[in-house]
Parts: sequence; structure tokens; C-alpha cells
Amino acid sequence: MLIETKKLTKRFGGNVAVNEVDFTIEEGKINAIIGPNGAGKSTFFNLLSGSYTPSAGQVIYKGKDITKLSPDRIAKLGVARTFQTTNLFEQSTVLDNVIVGHRLRTKSNLWDAVLRTKRFAKEEKKCREKAMEVLDFVDLTHVMNQQAGSITQEEKKRVAFALALATDPEVVFLDEPTAGINPGETEGLADLMEKMVKRKITVCLIEHKMKMIMKLADKIMVLNYGEKIAEGTSEQIMNDPAVIEAYLGGDASA
Amino acid sequence: MDILTQQLFNGLTIGSVYSLVALGLTLVYGILHIPNFAHGALYMLGAYITLTMMLLWGVHYWIAMAVSVLVVGLLGVLMDRLVFHPLRNAPPIHDKIAAIGILLFLEAFAQLIWGADYRTMETPYGQVIDIFGMTATTQRVLINIGAIAVMILLYLFLKKTYIGSTIIAMAQNREGAHLVGINTNKVAMLTFMISGGLAAIAASLSAPINLVFPGMGHLVILKAFVIIILGGMGSVPGAILGGYILGFTESLGATYISNDYKDIIAFLLLVVILSIKPKGLFSREDF
Amino acid sequence: MGSLLKNRGWVIGALAVAILFPFVLPNAYFLHILTLAFIWMIAVYGLNLLAGYTGYLSLAHAGFFAIGAYALGLLTVKTEINYWLALVLACLITSAIGAVVGLVALRTREHFFAIYTLCVGYIIYLVIDKWDGLTGGVRGLIGIPVPSNIGPLSFETPLSQYYLVLFFLIFTVLVMYRIVHSLTGRTFIAIRNSEDLAQTIGISTMKNKLLVFVLSTFFAGLAGALYASFIRFIGPDIGYITIIFDLLTYLLVGGIGTLAGPIVGTFLIVAVSQSLQFLQDYRMLIFGPLLTLLIIFYPRGIVGAYYDWRMKHTAKKVKRTRKEQRYFESETVDAEKKVKEG
Repeated sequence: MLIETKKLTKRFGGNVAVNEVDFTIEEGKINAIIGPNGAGKSTFFNLLSGSYTPSAGQVIYKGKDITKLSPDRIAKLGVARTFQTTNLFEQSTVLDNVIVGHRLRTKSNLWDAVLRTKRFAKEEKKCREKAMEVLDFVDLTHVMNQQAGSITQEEKKRVAFALALATDPEVVFLDEPTAGINPGETEGLADLMEKMVKRKITVCLIEHKMKMIMKLADKIMVLNYGEKIAEGTSEQIMNDPAVIEAYLGGDASA
Repeated sequence: MDILTQQLFNGLTIGSVYSLVALGLTLVYGILHIPNFAHGALYMLGAYITLTMMLLWGVHYWIAMAVSVLVVGLLGVLMDRLVFHPLRNAPPIHDKIAAIGILLFLEAFAQLIWGADYRTMETPYGQVIDIFGMTATTQRVLINIGAIAVMILLYLFLKKTYIGSTIIAMAQNREGAHLVGINTNKVAMLTFMISGGLAAIAASLSAPINLVFPGMGHLVILKAFVIIILGGMGSVPGAILGGYILGFTESLGATYISNDYKDIIAFLLLVVILSIKPKGLFSREDF
Repeated sequence: MGSLLKNRGWVIGALAVAILFPFVLPNAYFLHILTLAFIWMIAVYGLNLLAGYTGYLSLAHAGFFAIGAYALGLLTVKTEINYWLALVLACLITSAIGAVVGLVALRTREHFFAIYTLCVGYIIYLVIDKWDGLTGGVRGLIGIPVPSNIGPLSFETPLSQYYLVLFFLIFTVLVMYRIVHSLTGRTFIAIRNSEDLAQTIGISTMKNKLLVFVLSTFFAGLAGALYASFIRFIGPDIGYITIIFDLLTYLLVGGIGTLAGPIVGTFLIVAVSQSLQFLQDYRMLIFGPLLTLLIIFYPRGIVGAYYDWRMKHTAKKVKRTRKEQRYFESETVDAEKKVKEG
């Protein structure tokens, strides 16, 4: 178990968005979080990556309490994430966009930049090489030198993956990675996720496309109204009465 | 004691003007999320138009003000159509710069037409009267009554008419408003119209006790920004309350602390507020 | 790499013009105007790093310019310390005040940041204007000395001041170039694109934003200090908000978020203003709408528009050569076929 949440809770004013959720993310597997709209999935993600501070509960990463850490500190520990919409610098090339992803593993500062020290040269090279490596991993070498504004939606998603991978993560959180792209492309991204797991990178994603999740995920958690209603393999989830009720909105026998 | 009541009355008068200006600013912010830096220029133009009508054609004060409201209101609509509407999806830094561009233009325009001199506006209500043992000109009393009347009218318009309620609906949720069939473009134009009109009223009411010059909007608009941050960006009651709070603070500060530094009070207040609460008072935290 | 070589031509050309200008056109008035323009350019570079590369529109920079100017003026006039020491101190004082302001201001974002800095700028102006005992208030500060000699180098003449300011401008551009083309610069740009994303790739946004803010106030202070010793008289109006609007116009016209923008924009606007002398007080009649139109149609100014044009141009070229290649390949295949068939 790589990450564990203990009674994780987030309240906004009087509303409870995430309510006492206990969840574990298994190392080297594809973990998925599903649930109807407004179930608190994105909030849960934001709690794990440090974007929100929990109202109560804990997040444990490799035995260390990271509940109160800022997002950049969490990223340095090896937790990466993507967003539903990817903000790329459109006037820059794809490669330039990804280079900064490895920044957190470098130490060169303003003086190195101004004085062009040896460390500066070494680390610039290191970041560039890392960017090339991850772009190769996500199969984008061919658009590397194109302007980020000119590539397709699916390619932008892959750039977002590359940016996350450039941070040398142990676990990657993907927020609806296949939203807004067609079925064929979805499959490609699913393959990419499996490829990541083979590289010993744990994957955790939020997804709406049920069919894909059931095939892809090793472990699934279902959220509804901010509460965990089921957890298990896709088979267990598909036969869980609570899940059926949440999705179909009626009782299971109907 | 006398000085205190006199200053409280002064604070009320200044506060009335601030509130009206802040109301226009907060309405536009609430609907379009634009910090309209050009709002101070609308205020300035409002005063000049009233003044010109009165001097050039001898039009009566109230009629001149009505014309001013209409002209400045339409100018606001024009600004929305020509500048802010095309920029609605641009990065956030753009609309601010565009607003600054409009501000610079309008000020240079005023200077070209009316010159850089300080002018005074004569009022038919210059006589001094005695209320509760304190002396004041009728104009000052008028500012207070006028401002409060305008605020009540605005409140009734927003709460009691359908068209007013669309403004409120859109301020609360732009996409939602669009979904339920509100023509968001029309509402935006209407809001700019009201916002410009409010600025013109504020300027025309207060011009007789102040001076009219191209840079007269600078301090007022800066303070209006302080007020709407104080009262919550986009909040109507907040703008009114904030305006009066600042009015009282300033007039008391000028008497009991230092007249030289009274203009700093507002900015220090803002710096303190934002230092403690970076998203402003009454921000909906975490969202 | 290709673009770097293309740009090198521009850089060497501009440098040569700047260095040779006083010999080609020995005109005291032009020299004065150009020196002033160089000073503004330094301040605009400071603003560009913050607003252009990091996405934070500061409206307090006229205030920081004034702090630099007054710090140098007061240090040289009232304490009579060495000019160069005073220059260094003026920059440090401005940066230190910048750090304090930045610590608080940078917790706010977008509109709040703009309004906050606008107010800070106004407070700085009011303090300078009202604090008679220290700053001389509206009467201003007179008798600021020219830079003192360095060995045989003297800065008494306008020509020597021109080269001194040019030296500092080149220094500024070099520093900016190196920052922008480095991991540090990429970090700033990442913050501009999306702060949330920047944080999740491990960038400490507050630390980096503060660094940019202090740097940009440093250059505003440097420009202010140079201004003080060049004009030798300063009044509170150099801290007034109209100055920040001027700086913004220079930046926007040239191209916000581009390296050449501050030079192009400042030079162009100053040159146009000079040839339209009769417009002096009304120049905003033209520049105001210009600012607004630019942000709607060319948000990255002249330099940005040039880059876009060049990018399209090369993209077309690439397409064309690709097409030609394909055509060529298919032809050779056809030819080979024919050879085989034949």
C-alpha cells in the first residue's frame, strides 16, 4: 500500500464534500475512483495532492504523514497529477513546455542562471534529456518541436502525462484523463496507463467511462455524496447493490 | 461636540458619494468580473457634462444631471460592447490593461475639450441652512437625500423587477443564468448603463462642493476599489456600507489625526485587510 | 538555434546603432531624449519580468521607481556619501521595500493584486508628497550630483552619461536574457500559465513569485536612481500613477512577455511622442486607444506579432518542403517502378 487515507474529510462552509473516506492505493496497480457527478471525486484528488487542506483526517504516503504539506512538497516526494484541462504555453514548443517538469529535481538558482555556471549547464541538459525521454515514452517525439497551440486535444493530454512523468513520480493521479476525446484515442491512453504501471509507476485516476475503467482498473473505489460506498475489484463493484442503486437511482431489485 | 456632529455630517456626505461610485463598480464586477479602472473617468465625465450643460445652454441643474446620466450610461454600454465584450475570454491581465487604456483616453479627451483648469460648479442650492444646531449648505443635504433616494430606487429595481432580478441571477452564476435563458449580453450592457449612470449622479451631486478637473476621478475610483474589497467584491449592500464606513473614517481621521494624511487612511485600511485576508473580506473561502 | 542566430543580427545591429549614434548625429537634444528612453527601458524590463513572464500586473512600480530615485537623491544630497555606494544602496533599499510589499501582495491574485499594488503605489506617492521633512514635499529635491569619477572616467558630460546609462541597459538586457532562457525563467513562465499546475510539478510558487517581485523592483529602483542623477532634480510626480501607465504603454506596444518588447516599445513611443511634440498633454488621446486596441488584437505587441508572423512563415516553409519531399519520393518510386517494369 502506497498511499492511505484515514477518515479524510473536507467541508466547505456547511457542505461536506468528502466525508470520512478510508482508502488505500496499491503500489504498482491501476487504482480508480468513480462516482456520479458531484460525488466529491475531484475534491478527494485535491486533498491527496495537497491543493486543499483537509478539514479532518490524514493522508499517509509511504508511512509518512503528508496531510499538511503544500502541493510542491508533495510533488517532490514523488506524487504527480494532471488536471482535467491542461494549461500549456501555446506559443512555446511541446518540448519547452515539458522541460520545466523536471525543475523540482534540480538545484540551480538565479545566480546559476545569470552567471551561467557549470551546474546551470549540467541541469539544463538533464532537464532537456528528461523531457525528451518522457515525450518518447508518451509517443510524442514527432510533435516535440511544434507549437503547443497547434497539436490535437489527444496530444495535449499526452503532454500533460509527460509533464507529470517528468517529475520522476512514484504515483500519478490522473483527473479524467480521457474526457473529451474519442473512443479510439481513449484506448491509446489506456494502453499508456498500463505502460506506466509496467514502469513501476502507480496510477490512480478519476474516470467517467465505466467500460474502460472496469477493464483497466485493478482496484476501484466508488464515491457518492462524498462518502465511500464500495471498494474492490471491478467484479465486486459491478455486483455491489449500493453501487447499482447510486448509478441507477432506484433500488437494486427493480 | 459641535465639531464632532459637523464631522459626522461631513462623513455622511462623503460616504454617500463613495457609496454611489462603489455601487457602479461592484455591479460591473459582480456581473463580469472586471475591475473597471475606467470607472473613475466615467465619474469625471459625469461632472463635466452636467457642468457644460449648465454653463453653455443654461440648462437647469436637474435636467443637466439627467442628460449626464444618460450620456455616461451610454458610454458605459459602448465600453462594454467595444472593449470588454471582445475580451471576455482573454487572460485576466488583458481587461485590466484595456480599462487603463480607456481611462487614459477619456482623461486626455476631457483635457482637450475642457482644459486642465480646476473649475467650480454653481448650484441653485447654495444657501446655508441650520439643522440641529449645525450649519450646512442645502447642496450637502441634497447629496445625502439624493444618494439615499438613488440607493432605494436601485434596490427596488434589483429586487422587485424581473429585469433587475436577472442582474442578480447573473452575478450569482453566469453560466446558470445563460442556461435558464437570460441574455447575458443584454444584462451586461444594462449593468454598464446603470454603473455609468450611478457615476454620473455621484459626480453631479458632489461637484458643487468639490472641484471639477480631468484628474478628479483618480482618488475616488481608488477609494471605491477599497470600498468594494471592504464590502465584498460584487456585493451591493457591502458597497453601500463600505462607502459610509470610509466616509466616516476619513472625516474623523482628518479632524482628529491629520488632514494631510487623510487620503492615506483608505489605502492603509485596504493594505491591512488584504494582508490578513488575501481574497478580501467576505470571500467564500476554498472555492 | 536558428532563431537565436536570426536574433543575433538584430542584437548586433541595435548595439552598433546605440554606440555609434552620438558620433553620427551629435545632437545634444536627441542624446538627452535617448538617455531618458534607456532609463525607462530598464524600468520596463523590471515590469516585464513580473507582468510579462510571471503574470502579475503590478501597478506599484512607479512608486518603486520613485523610491530608487529618492533613495539616491537623499543619500547623495543629505549624507554626501560616494555616488556609487549610494547607487548600490538605492537599489538595495528599493528591493528591500519590494520584498516587504511582495510578501503581502503576492498572497493576493489577479484583480486583488492589481488593486493592492495600485494602492501601494499611491501610498508611496502620498508619503513622498506629504513627508516634507524628508523629501522636500512638492518642492522636490534639487542638487543631486552626477555620478562621481571612476579613475579617469568622468561623468560630467551628457555624452558620458549616455554611455553610462547604455551600459546599465545592456547589463539589464543581458541579465534578463539569461534569466528568461534558464530553468529559473521557465519556472516563472510555468507560474504564469497556471499556478495550480506549477505547484503540482513541485514549484514553490510563493518563493519564485517573491524572487521575481524583488528582482523587478530592483530594476525599477535602478532606473529611478539613474534618473535622479541624470535629471538631477526630482519631485513627487515621478511616483504618480501616470508614470506606471506610461511604462505599461511602452511594454504593451513593444510586446509583453518578449525580450525585445521593452526596447522596441519604449523607443517607438518616445520617438513618436517627440515628433508629435504639440501633442504632449494629449498624447494619451492616441496612446490610450492604442493600448486598448493592442490588447484586443495584438496582445503580445509588435514583437509578439513579428514572432507569430515568423512562426507561420517557417511553418509554411516546412509544409512546403515536406510536400516537395513527398512529391520527390513518389516520383523516384514511380521512376524505380518504371525502371523495373521496363
